[in-house]
Formats: sequence, structure tokens, C-alpha cells
Amino acid sequence: MSEEHKVYLKKIKKKNRLVLITQIIVFILFIVLWEIASHYNLINTFLTSSPSNVVKTIISLYKEGNLFKHIFITAYETIISFFIGTLIGLIIASLMWWNNFTARVISPYLTILNSLPKVALGPILIIWVGANMNSIIVMALLISVIITIINAYHGFSNTDESRIKLLKSFKASKWQIFTNLVIPGNIKTIFNILKINISMSLIGVIMGELLVSKEGLGYLIMYGSQVFNLNLVMTGIILLCCLSIIIYYIIVMTEKKFIKYY
Amino acid sequence: MKEILKIVKLNKRYHTVNGEIEAVKDFSFNVDDSSFIAIVGPSGCGKSTILSILCGIEKKSGGKILFNKKDAVIGYMLQNDTLLPWLSVLDNALLGLKINGNLNKETKERTISLIKTYGLGDFINSYPSSLSGGMRQRVALIRTLAINPDILLLDEAFSSLDYQTRLEVSNDVYEIIKKEKKTTIMVTHDIGEAISMADTVIVLSKRPAKIKNVYKIKFNDNTTPSDKRTHEQFNTYYKMIWEDLDINV
Repeated sequence: MSEEHKVYLKKIKKKNRLVLITQIIVFILFIVLWEIASHYNLINTFLTSSPSNVVKTIISLYKEGNLFKHIFITAYETIISFFIGTLIGLIIASLMWWNNFTARVISPYLTILNSLPKVALGPILIIWVGANMNSIIVMALLISVIITIINAYHGFSNTDESRIKLLKSFKASKWQIFTNLVIPGNIKTIFNILKINISMSLIGVIMGELLVSKEGLGYLIMYGSQVFNLNLVMTGIILLCCLSIIIYYIIVMTEKKFIKYY
Repeated sequence: MKEILKIVKLNKRYHTVNGEIEAVKDFSFNVDDSSFIAIVGPSGCGKSTILSILCGIEKKSGGKILFNKKDAVIGYMLQNDTLLPWLSVLDNALLGLKINGNLNKETKERTISLIKTYGLGDFINSYPSSLSGGMRQRVALIRTLAINPDILLLDEAFSSLDYQTRLEVSNDVYEIIKKEKKTTIMVTHDIGEAISMADTVIVLSKRPAKIKNVYKIKFNDNTTPSDKRTHEQFNTYYKMIWEDLDINV
């Protein structure tokens, strides 16, 4: 390796480190300013809460034995609706790819369902499914499934024509084209869908919890706001941030393990 | 020489909402065993359509295609290098065998030895993204040869390569095809490529494609395609074919 190249690599490393350090500083600065401002009564902690209060709330939730219960409930609902939503979405998209007639029939309905704010269906779901965890899961599932179908079908139907031609020249059946080309060729699309779906499912779960639940982070936020305990609301939001980051990174790590050829 | 394929009055029409397009009209030709035929013609004249029909991807509208044996295996090599980026060189080369259900120990060994013979042994487990354009094209050819085709169809197989690589790959492919004694039909818009590789050049008219002229290409000595380009005969053929095409522009 030449001296020049070493210098070049060092420079890039230094820049990357600088970005990371700045990111951390911004975060710490935000927390510290928030704490100082609340400590010296520059902001109304009744409305804004404060980092130390959030920590206290987390500790008291933990002592009551409720902290992990709420986190687990939300995570559980999210993961269940994420898996079911993704699976159903991918299956329907596959059927649409398989049969152009189906695709053409379904298309306009998808467009309508996609533009409909699913939260509007909340009251109906509560009546149909009941005021329980099931309606939360169904709500989250509805939100992720439509976008999954649209994105996956778009990816599937844009499979490279010349590659299809190649497989056909080997006398490939439609199923072989699907398993050897369409699915592996869309692995990136599928992972992008997973990433979108995680946040979609979380949105759905929180919306559902705001409407009906008796436990979960969404409930924590809703209950906190009803009794005007902003400490609880902020705690709920911060825990939610942590949860979504963790789930998101699990998917990113899986993707990195899965896709080796880049 | 033995005839291996007979094409009689092949016709192809495409149908769209706006009407129908006649792509190929009364195309008749006989293909001898181990011959190398090049089809040239103005772009969009329907020359690729003929190959698509021969390998069964598209249906013909009329005419007959007669192979000298039942279930003739056809190897089709396409315009762009269509290696699948998520498969290693070996898996790409085995794709055809895997799909037509002929993947076994013997065919796998044969494919591996093809890869080694043609200088890709060190890359057998690499992904296509780490290969050069010429190497990728060679893998694509090996994939086509792996199914042990009776006839090889090359559809503008080198047109995505830059000029330099293209000449090299032409030499490569020519040598491999001669060594494996494969009957080949190549479609190209490059007159030079056709003259330097083929022993017969069919010139097509513009759409609907009809045979305008057939040239038997003969060089005094049998050398590589790039050597042939320096011969005087090359220029003579080039001029004749060029004039054939020019009239139709």
C-alpha cells in the first residue's frame, strides 16, 4: 500500500469518526439542555417532562413490574402483525404476478384501499373483532398489507425481461421462473418492504393501542395524556423509539447476512 | 454435410391493439451440421425474432421448423450478459442444467471442466460482479454449452461490450465453438463480426424480414476472427454486404 493510499484511508476514517462523534454530541447536548432548562424552570416540566423524570418513571415502572410488560405487549403485537401482514402481502403480490387477470381486477381496489386512511376503519374493527388485542393486530396488519402488495407486485412485475427470456430458453416452467428469478431477483425489494413494514406495523399497533388497549406503549402514552402525566407520555415515546430502532436493526443485520453478492 | 435443421417458409406476425406487424416473411433455410451461420440485417428487421422462434420462446405464425432429431436441445445466448448476480460463476453456469432437470454429478463435472478449460477456474466461486465484461460473456457461453446443445443461437451476444473486448470475446467464442464443434446461428448487426466468424452470412431485408442474399464466406487460411479482419477478402465481403444493406435503408 502506498503512503498516499494510507493517508487517503486515514482521511476517510477520520471523517466517518467525526460524523459519529457529532451525532453523539448532538444527542447529549439535546438531553443536557432539556435537563438544564427544566432544572432552572426555563420550561414548564409539567408540559415537557425532563430526562431525569423520564428515568424516574422508567425505574418506577420497572419496580411495579410493568415496564417489560408494556414493551413486550407492543413488540409482540408489532411482530405478529408484521409477519402476517408481510406474508399475506407477498402471497397476494405473487398471485398477481402469476395471473395477470387477477392483477388487473385487483388493481383499482388496491388503489382505493391504499389511499384510505386505515385508522378510519378503527371503530368498525372494534365492533367486528372486539375491543382487544386482535383488533390492534388487524389494524396494524391492514396498514402494512396494502403497501406490501403494491411494492412487491411492482418489484415482481419489473423482473428483467431478458432474464425471463433466458430461463424460458431452458424451458423453465412458470414456477421455476418464480423461484429461480423473481424471488431472488427481488430480495432487495423484499428487504425494503420489511423495513417499511416494521414502521407501518408499529404505527398500526400504536394507533390500535390508542383506541382500545389496556396495556402496551400506546396505552401508556394515551393513559399518560388522559391523566395529564407528561412524564409517562414522554417515557412511552422514548421507549417506542428504542423499540423501533432495535427491530429495524435486526432487519438490517439479517439483510447484511443474507445479501452477500454486493 | 449432414443437415441438422430445416426452416421452411417461416412466418411471424405480431399483434397489437393498433394492428399487426409482419416481422418475418417466408424465411427458408437449411442448416448443416457444425456450420456457423450469421444473420445480418437492418435493426428492427426481425432477425432476433427468428432465434426466439427457433428456441421456442415465441410461437410462429406459419411455416415449418424441422430438426433432424426429436427433442433437439437448443442453447440460446442473449444480447446482454444475463448472469444472475446472486449466483456464483459455477451456479450461473449450472443454471440451465438445474432448470431442465439434467443436473447430475456427470454434467456438473463437465461444466466445471468447461469453466477450467476456458480460463475461469480461479473465479468458479466468485460472483459475476467481480468479473470483467469479457469474462462474464464467457461464463454465459459456458452456461449455454453446459446443457450440451445441438444448436447454439447467439443473439447479438457481444453488442453490450466495448469494441476492444468485443474483438477479444469474438476470438474466444469462435475458438470455443470450433473446439466443441457446435452448429451455430448468430444474429448480429455488425457486418464485420458476421464475416470474421461465420462461414455463411444471410443478409435480410428490412421488415418483414426476407432473405435478400446468402454469402458463403471463404478465407484462404483459417485463422482467428480478428486476423480475418486484416485480410483483403474481408473488405470485399464487407463491401458486398454493406451495399446489400444500404439499398434497404
